[in-house]
Amino acid sequence: MGETVSETRDLFSKFDEIIQTRETLLASGVEDPFSLVMEKVLSPTRAICNGRSTILLGTYNYMGMTFDPDVIQAGKDALDNYGSGTTGSRVLNGTYQGHKEVEQALREFYAMDHAMVFSTGYQANLGIISTVAGKGDYIVLDIDSHASIWDGCALGNAEVVPFKHNDIEAMDKRLGRIPEGAGKLVVLEGVYSMLGDIAPLKEMVAVAKRHGAMVLVDEAHSMGFIGEHGRGVAEAQGVIDNVDFIIGTFSKSVGTVGGFCVSNHPKFEILRLVCRPYVFTASLPPSVVATAATSVRKLMHAGNKRAHLWENSKRLHGGLRAQGFTLGTEEPQSAIVAVIMPDLERGAAMWEALLKEGLYVNLARPPATPAGMTLLRCSLCAEHSSEEVETILGMFERAGKAVGII
Amino acid sequence: MNREEVDSRIRVLIEPFNKKNAEIADATTFAGDLEFDSLTVMDFVAAIEDEFDIIISMNQQAEIENYGQLVDAVRQLTGE
Repeated sequence: MGETVSETRDLFSKFDEIIQTRETLLASGVEDPFSLVMEKVLSPTRAICNGRSTILLGTYNYMGMTFDPDVIQAGKDALDNYGSGTTGSRVLNGTYQGHKEVEQALREFYAMDHAMVFSTGYQANLGIISTVAGKGDYIVLDIDSHASIWDGCALGNAEVVPFKHNDIEAMDKRLGRIPEGAGKLVVLEGVYSMLGDIAPLKEMVAVAKRHGAMVLVDEAHSMGFIGEHGRGVAEAQGVIDNVDFIIGTFSKSVGTVGGFCVSNHPKFEILRLVCRPYVFTASLPPSVVATAATSVRKLMHAGNKRAHLWENSKRLHGGLRAQGFTLGTEEPQSAIVAVIMPDLERGAAMWEALLKEGLYVNLARPPATPAGMTLLRCSLCAEHSSEEVETILGMFERAGKAVGII
Repeated sequence: MNREEVDSRIRVLIEPFNKKNAEIADATTFAGDLEFDSLTVMDFVAAIEDEFDIIISMNQQAEIENYGQLVDAVRQLTGE
């Protein structure tokens, strides 16, 4: 039998453009913004990064729970009593006492009937969106939605209809054009993490309900901080009772890893059997759910920390504006302050200058950012002292002048 | 609405997005010939949706690569 051997077509050639962009950036001599290593973590706000003592201003560790003594102790106890991992799916051998306890803590935190914990926040969006909206249904979502929301749309079979960021009228019009009788899911976020702006949920949820749509709100960046009880932007704007599904994460204010959905839908529990990103993966380790449960319960009584975090956010936002930086929002709306850079090159240079000053922020670039922007994204922590915020402002001023941005 | 009418209405809408002043024919591609990025696509699609009072879902957009396919899709969506 004759055999012909064809030359192997390199499937990696599709990455050539991004490889080239990266090489060009690194050839300029800048420290690689996407290969930072934290050699030691000293507290929620301090680490040794690439050999330097560094203030952390880009961790989403909003409430500084990662080193809370009660949280740490709960994790240690769970390791001793339940072992290092579950090695199983939530629906088989992967539901321990701790998984039930963290779901109970979430039901109390949100005052809702049901809570379902996923292994990551990404999987919570992936699972709920792809499962709830099926073939013939319509998902209407903000164009600036997080990757996990888009991937949830891509995994499912619904028709996907985006609208311009935070544009109530554009959303209204699209909902109005959906064929009679089709199921509708509106997907929104409380805080949009790139620019740190919030959604007009009060108006948007009302519009969605007028069109008979179910509403899912991702409150990943507001939990623990925004709203009287820290339940998020929907609580702060008084519409949480009209939201069908809230998606959240343990990897920001809660200070560990994991994701969840809370809901009052009477049939919600069936999702545990039909949601593939919930079923076909191992559950969170016992130590993780124990730290999460302890942290969630402590966040119910964190009013003073919330107030201090707001002060930090307002001071940083006001200070950077006064120095002449261009920011993502006119007023501080969350614990994220996004500093808009003129281009990737100067953004990377500024990022490196800050790192050398001893400050870590996130360098965010397309496709994660809207409108092709390069951003230095700062996320504040309730554990940043007022003095630290002043130190941070001094670092920004020196770095901004050195790079020629202000 | 006949094809010519749909075509002429879309031609007016595409003008502000056609920064290169490329010639528009049925075979003109949005990504290649017109170099539309994702933001331009969103604004252009929104303009068409508003003009014809239709929805072009992302699932449908994925099937539309050139101008002629867009005209046909809009004609179909307007119920012709």
